[in-house]
Amino acid sequence: MALQTKTVPALPVRPAPGRRSGASLGWFAAPALVFFVIFAIIPLAGVIFLSFTSWNGLGDITLTGFDSWITALTSPVTANAIWVTVKIMFFSLIVQVPISLLLGVFTAGTQRYRALLAVIYFVPLLLSSAAVAIAYKALLDPNFGVGPGLNLPFLAQDWLGDPDLALFVVVFVIAWQFVPFHTLIYQGGVRQIPASFYEAAQIDGAGRMQQFFHITLPQLKYTMITSSTLMVVGSLAYFDLIFVLTAGGPGYATRLLPLHMYLTGFQANDMGAASALGVILVVVGLGLAVLVQSLGGRNRAASQLEGA
Amino acid sequence: MKNSKLSGMAAVASALTLTLTLGACGSSGPQDTTADAGSPTMWALTGANEAVTGASVESWNAAHNDAAIQLDYFANDAYKTKVRTAIGAGEGPTLIHGWGGGVLQSYVDEGHVMDLTSFLEENPEVKERYIPAVFDNGVIDGTSYALPYTGMQPVVMYYNKELFEQIGAEPPQTWDELMDLVPKFNEAGIAPFALGGQSKWPNLMWFSYLVDRVGGPEVFKAILDGEEEAWSDPAVIEALTMIQELVEADGFINGFSSVAADGGADAALLYTGKAAMLLQGAWVYQTLKNDAPDFVSSGNLGYLNFPAVEGGAGDPENIVGNPSNFWSVSASASDEQKDAALEYLKDGLYNEEYTQDLIESGAIPPTVGAEELLAQSEDKDFLTEVYTMATEAPSFQLSWDQALSPDQGSAMLANLDRIFLGEITPEEFAETMNGTLGE
Repeated sequence: MALQTKTVPALPVRPAPGRRSGASLGWFAAPALVFFVIFAIIPLAGVIFLSFTSWNGLGDITLTGFDSWITALTSPVTANAIWVTVKIMFFSLIVQVPISLLLGVFTAGTQRYRALLAVIYFVPLLLSSAAVAIAYKALLDPNFGVGPGLNLPFLAQDWLGDPDLALFVVVFVIAWQFVPFHTLIYQGGVRQIPASFYEAAQIDGAGRMQQFFHITLPQLKYTMITSSTLMVVGSLAYFDLIFVLTAGGPGYATRLLPLHMYLTGFQANDMGAASALGVILVVVGLGLAVLVQSLGGRNRAASQLEGA
Repeated sequence: MKNSKLSGMAAVASALTLTLTLGACGSSGPQDTTADAGSPTMWALTGANEAVTGASVESWNAAHNDAAIQLDYFANDAYKTKVRTAIGAGEGPTLIHGWGGGVLQSYVDEGHVMDLTSFLEENPEVKERYIPAVFDNGVIDGTSYALPYTGMQPVVMYYNKELFEQIGAEPPQTWDELMDLVPKFNEAGIAPFALGGQSKWPNLMWFSYLVDRVGGPEVFKAILDGEEEAWSDPAVIEALTMIQELVEADGFINGFSSVAADGGADAALLYTGKAAMLLQGAWVYQTLKNDAPDFVSSGNLGYLNFPAVEGGAGDPENIVGNPSNFWSVSASASDEQKDAALEYLKDGLYNEEYTQDLIESGAIPPTVGAEELLAQSEDKDFLTEVYTMATEAPSFQLSWDQALSPDQGSAMLANLDRIFLGEITPEEFAETMNGTLGE
């Protein structure tokens, strides 16, 4: 931040080179743009097209207008899937934001034991979702898992088989895997807060709690927005973990939208309806991302260093 | 501030790619097996038959260097989704593993599998080696498209004799006896039945047997033919009610809906003495031989046909399950691949070594005259009993999820799961399923 406030005013002084470098910068985006068009825009167009057709994955693709959309939108399973998605999104936010914020602040300290703990916290992120899911499935097994194995009755619940519990187990496992990532984001954010703020606050007689609520938290505003955007949009993409852990069950208890899309397309072989669901996912995902971003306030130009 | 704006944009962009990559997944499978266009590819299942198929392909390849089969294994549930996508994209294997029924029908409708008629006319001995009733499951509208390659797999009720002795009870012959056993086992701290509820298809075994015992095989035939309101048949409603009664009486092990059958966890409950009985396919005998050889050789494993239901219309000798697993030959394979695949079907299957391997693994070959070989096997008690059960049953019904079309099948399994969980009533089940008829 401090660096930028120095370099930004330098630009208007020499407008010509600035413009030239702006033009050449555009080319840097070209490789990414090519990949984006090939792997994102073209498949997206294909999915939009498929959503107006009927296709079982084997035979001919026939245009059927809005039939697939009507099938997808009127199905009670879709309504339930949307509700499950909202619940997972909500609970994920509530669980992950405070934990990763506190862990981030904690690990931002320079003490050696904190650095060591930060490395340990990071481990779950290194594991693949499928491996995490298989491990939890084995641990939570009601007959051969940790609970019965160690004779701890309170752990011997039917964690993944009880429709009321399964959703929260899913939220927990998601948090276990992704809290380290968000901790890292917060850790970086906290480390960017100038130490002079805290020194000044100390001189003014602010305690630790006051420092946290009046300096750390406000300074982390944009970090929080970035992290929350990833969490919210991420819950529209949770698939592998839940597919392996519960396969959407028991019943429809953990069948969230992306999983519903997959099962509709590749198990019930209704590619048209699955594509319609895919389009809904893209639109909702983009909408939510924009919404969370705009929550950050209109006045983007306002400095985070306000009051410094 | 510039930084946070940038990271904001990155977040939106990554959000977009996250969603999009998900939308694009599953459209292609790994296809590195095209190295040699002339050699056939084969996709088989992990589990009970893995060793037999592997050994057979290995010895075939040793003798046929020019057309060696490239074999890949897949887990059951993953295979079902993968193979269909691959076949639709023209990237399926030369030899396609299947179960017959509605899925085979959909391949035939779109011309993805080869008509085997002329092959069978040229090689009459191939057809003659099979038990006709099993062979017929690979026939669609009078034409043969698939040949059996595993053992016969009726669904059998296994039980742990030791646990029955412990509570001093006899294995149930009727549904009422079965219901009477439930509280007795629960009092002794033993679960009456193991069930791999998370895999969903084991639930179907209960449903299809009960419908058959209550109403006979005609009930499902009407469903298969798409007759209106066929799911509202009183036999269907009664069977579902009986299932819910059994669930409510704690007939199934605690947490059954998180037990996955793919890993053999349901069979493990039986041999570790946590559950007294298990309704599962004949392939579980192979699994038990592998995972718990002591349990099998000690003679503690018992087996019987599904109990009769008093006053029911179905013959208690009827069985459900998979008559066999089948090989189909892909229509989009090259001529060399097809020829080699057919050659394998002719000479590689059910030769002396193959049949012997099958029997040793604990499977019952669907071939004529297998009785003599079975009688010499160390597992002769189980094998001959199931062989007789399968060959003499008045009706051998294919698993419903395979007999029906994939969309009906998956809707049925999802709703049946909800029946076991008590989330819907039998009437609601019938209403939802009636909506899928004729789709």
